[in-house]
Amino acid sequence: MAEAAKVTAEDVRRVAELANLELDAGEEVRMLRDLNAILGHVAQLNELDTSSVEAMAQVTEILALPALPALETLRPDVIRPSLDRDIVLGGAPEAGSGFFKVPKVLER
Amino acid sequence: MAATTSITPEILAKYEPVIGLEVHVQLLTETKAFCGCSSKYGAEPNTHICPNCLGLPGSLPVLNYRAVEFAVLASMAIHCEVRERSIFARKNYFYPDLPKGYQISQYDKPLGEHGWIDIPTPAGSKRIGITRLHMEEDAGKSIHDGFPDSATRTYVDLNRCGTPLIEIVSEPDMRTPDEAYEYLTRLKEILLYTGVSDCNMEEGSLRCDANVSVRPRGQEEFGTKAEVKNVNSFRFVRAALEYEIERQVEVIETGGRVVQESRTWNSQEGRTYSMRSKEQAHDYRYFPEPDLPPLIVSAEWKAEIAKSMPELPEARRARMIAEYDLTEQDAQTLTATREFADTFEASAKKAKSAKRLTNLYLSELTGRLKAAGLELAQSPVTMDGLVVASDLAEKGDLSSRQLKQIFDIAFEKNEDFPVVYEREKPQQISDPAELESMIDQIIAGNPKQVEQYRAGKKTVAAFFVGQVMRLSKGQANPALLNELVTKKLDA
Repeated sequence: MAEAAKVTAEDVRRVAELANLELDAGEEVRMLRDLNAILGHVAQLNELDTSSVEAMAQVTEILALPALPALETLRPDVIRPSLDRDIVLGGAPEAGSGFFKVPKVLER
Repeated sequence: MAATTSITPEILAKYEPVIGLEVHVQLLTETKAFCGCSSKYGAEPNTHICPNCLGLPGSLPVLNYRAVEFAVLASMAIHCEVRERSIFARKNYFYPDLPKGYQISQYDKPLGEHGWIDIPTPAGSKRIGITRLHMEEDAGKSIHDGFPDSATRTYVDLNRCGTPLIEIVSEPDMRTPDEAYEYLTRLKEILLYTGVSDCNMEEGSLRCDANVSVRPRGQEEFGTKAEVKNVNSFRFVRAALEYEIERQVEVIETGGRVVQESRTWNSQEGRTYSMRSKEQAHDYRYFPEPDLPPLIVSAEWKAEIAKSMPELPEARRARMIAEYDLTEQDAQTLTATREFADTFEASAKKAKSAKRLTNLYLSELTGRLKAAGLELAQSPVTMDGLVVASDLAEKGDLSSRQLKQIFDIAFEKNEDFPVVYEREKPQQISDPAELESMIDQIIAGNPKQVEQYRAGKKTVAAFFVGQVMRLSKGQANPALLNELVTKKLDA
C-alpha cells in the first residue's frame, strides 16, 4: 500500500469547524481513524496509472454522452409560480413580518 | 475625505498603489439562475422562493438559458475568451441567507478569461486586464436592524437567493484611485450598452470589492493587500481607496506590517474598518457541482449570441465624432446611455443637417435642462421639436436670436418648440428692399470697415451682418441678409 498523507487531530477539528460540527472526544478519535482509512484507500487507487485517462469534473461524464444542444439541457427564462409564503414560513422555527428570523448574526 | 493620517504628500509619493477590482453584476433575466422563481427586485419578502431557493432536500438546479446568453455577451463585450466548456462549482460556507450551505459558482474553469477594457488616464489610454468573468448565484438578504427585536434577531429574506450574477475580476493593473473610478465607469457603461444588467447600485445590481496594496516605487513584488468591501458607489470606491492607501503607507512608515484582511467602508466617517475575520476563516472547499453538467457554449451558439452585440460605447463615440464632427467631450455627452445615443441618432437622421441639430442640442438644450434640473425625458422641447428648430435654422427662416427666444419661452411655459414657433411666428424681414435700406444705413455709418472689406478683408462682412441684425432686432432673414450684404459690399 502506498504511503498516504496523514490527517492530524488538528485537521479533524478544523474540518469540523468548517462544517459547523461539534465533535466530542470520542467522535474526534473515530473521525481521525476513518479519514485516515479513506486517504489510505485513495492512496491505493493512486497506484493505478491514469496518465491516459482524461480528468473529469463530474461522474456524469463517465457516460460520455454526446453533448446535447444547450436549448435542450437548459431552462427557458420563463417564470414559474413560487411557493406560498405562509406555508414556507410555517415550517420555520421562527418567523415574523414575512421574514425568517434567526438568532442575531454579526454582519459579514 | 477625512484623512486621519499624518502622511505627507512627499512620503505618499514614495509608494505605488496596486489596485484590482471585483465587480458583481445581476443579470436582467426574468427568472433566477437555477429555478423559475422571478428575480424581480423589490417584491414582498420571501414571496419569490421555491424548494431550490430554500435548499430543500431533493431540489435540483437547472440553468437558465438566458443567463448564459447574457454572461457570454458580457464576456465578449469585455474581450474575454469564452470557454466552450465551463464547470460550475460549490463554494461552501454557512450563513443564514444561504440555505443550501453553498453558493453555486465557477472556480477553475470560468466562462470567460483574458479580457480587457481601455480607460482614459491623464497620460492617455490605458489597457486594464480582466482575469475572468464567471457565473454564479446571489445569496439572500439579512436584515440586521430596524425591527423591535433586532438586538437579538436577524431577519432573512430569501427572494434574492439564486439571482443570476456575473463576477468580473480585473488584473491588479490600476495604480491610482482615479484609474479604479474610470475602470468602473467604463465597465458599467459597456454592461449597460449590452443590456445584460441595469447596473443599479442602489438596488445592489452592481456591487464592487476593491483589492489594494502599496509598494515602494521601483519594487516589483506586490505588498500585502487588503480587500475593501461594502462600497456602494463609484465615488466611495475612490474615497475608500484613497483612505486605504494612506492608511497602509502609514502602517509601513511607522514600522508596521499591513495585515491581509477584509475591511469595510464607512461612508459617514470616510474611513475603512477591519472586519476582524478569524484568522484563515475562509476555506470555501470548492468542488465541482455534481448536480449540474458542464456548461457547453458551442461555436455556433457563441456566433448566434454575438449577433446581438450592439455597437459599444468606445466604437460609437469614435464613429459619432467622425460622422457629426464632434469633440471627444460632446461625444461623451451624447453617448452617455445607449437609449439616448439611439434617440439622438434617430433625430439626427430626420434633421436636414445632423451637425446643426447636434449644435442646437449641445448649445440650446443641454444648458437649459441643466439649469432647470431636468432629464431629457422631462424636457419641454422634445427631440422632434429640436429637429423642427434645427431645420428652420438650417433654412435660414430663424435667426439665432429668434431661436433662443423661442427656446426660452418653451422652457418658461413648458411647451414644445413647434407649439411656441407656430404661435409666436417671429416676424422675419424677408423683403429685400427693406433689408437693403438697413444695409445701406450701416454701410454709410461705417466707412472704415467698408474700406477694409474692399481692401480684401472679406471677413468684415460678418460685422455688417451683425450690425444689420441688431438694427432689425434679430428679425432679418439671416440667409437673405448674408446674400444682400455681400452683394452690396461687392457692388
